[in-house]
Amino acid sequence: MVCMELTGKPQNVVSAKDLNLVACTRCAKVWPVSASTCGRCGHKLVSRDSQSLSRVWALWVIGFMCYIPANIFPMLKTRTLFQEENSTIIGGAVELAHYGNFGIAAIIIFASVFIPLGKFWAVAYLAISIKAGSRISMNRRQMMYEVVEYIGRWSMIDIFVVAIMSALVQLKTLASINPGPASIFFALSVIFTMLSAQAFDSRLIWDAQVKDGGPGRDE
Amino acid sequence: MKDTVEPMTSTPLDELIVCPQCDAVYHLKRPRVGERAQCQRCHKVLIAPRRNAGLRIIAVALAVLVLIIGAAVFPFLSIDAAGTQNAVSVLDAALAFSGGPMIFLSLATAGLIIIAPLLRACLTLYVLVPVVLDRDPAPHAMQAFRLSEALRPWSMAEIFAIGCAVALVKVADLAHVGFGPAFWMFGILVVLVIAQDSFMCKWSVWNSLENPRTSSAPRT
Repeated sequence: MVCMELTGKPQNVVSAKDLNLVACTRCAKVWPVSASTCGRCGHKLVSRDSQSLSRVWALWVIGFMCYIPANIFPMLKTRTLFQEENSTIIGGAVELAHYGNFGIAAIIIFASVFIPLGKFWAVAYLAISIKAGSRISMNRRQMMYEVVEYIGRWSMIDIFVVAIMSALVQLKTLASINPGPASIFFALSVIFTMLSAQAFDSRLIWDAQVKDGGPGRDE
Repeated sequence: MKDTVEPMTSTPLDELIVCPQCDAVYHLKRPRVGERAQCQRCHKVLIAPRRNAGLRIIAVALAVLVLIIGAAVFPFLSIDAAGTQNAVSVLDAALAFSGGPMIFLSLATAGLIIIAPLLRACLTLYVLVPVVLDRDPAPHAMQAFRLSEALRPWSMAEIFAIGCAVALVKVADLAHVGFGPAFWMFGILVVLVIAQDSFMCKWSVWNSLENPRTSSAPRT
């Protein structure tokens, strides 16, 4: 595969905004800045979404508020012949580790604790860096954003595990597994953080470069 | 291959390409099949045409369609403990959260693991079949493709498959677990969904939808 590095130096890069142009974020078609909807695919056109950051923060806060009860309430209600047991997300993983399933416990902890928390931190950091500037280079921040967008969906794995287990383990009197209230909060938290990341306008990261009139301090 | 644009430009808009991620503007030069055009600032791949990609994507989308329907209906896991048995399909798993506010979760799960991948496969076929056959695009093909792209992050079949593996290990202590035909269907589905996304060059699709017959070969 030939990778085409482009001629010219990065400081020659001109953004569409400076040329009074606007590109459709869905289909990448270029329009004059006065156009309000994309004539090709019908998507709404905005050169820079001024509401972007406030939407990011609103969805971020909802996602975070849902994440707290998701960790307090039980995720799974396991009923066997003699006992009924409620386990939270972390409690369930600890239990798995206790029985020797370290790999699975690690996946659960990673997908339902580290990924969501990392995502909250990363989205907040990106949103703050737009206003306050950042010592991390733009390329790094762009990469951070891509990672957040790619990996955020994987938090949903815990919900699917609960769904599979509660559908599968329905053995009448012998044993049954049912979803706990935490599952709904966790799903909401994942959905709202995904929406929050999608609301972020990544073009804002690069505007600072233009403002500085060059590659700037962080190249 | 492409060059950055001078601030005072009078180039026609069709000859410009803008990086959707960082808003950098370049003069458009189409890469040959197998090559890639990258944004030099944020390194996003802008254009990456593949040989016969359109046909491949259609084949994969058809396979995905059949597999999802199969995987949703046939039992995919069965459990056996002390004489009591239970077999579930993917649809059962999606609808496991029943009663009260949990119904929301059922709908969301069904949407993420069945409806979104299914809809994406259908939309892809609807958009690409006329293009590959060198016909005029189907009515509203562009809106259909836009919807399909918007659905991309919400189509979570591959995540569900990993979830299966985790659930298996958790349940294996409790009871004997068996695999149904749908389990293997879902395994193949995961590989296909990933393949479908890697063949697709969005720019080429948009371009051929806009100029159906001018592009010499359907190089989606």
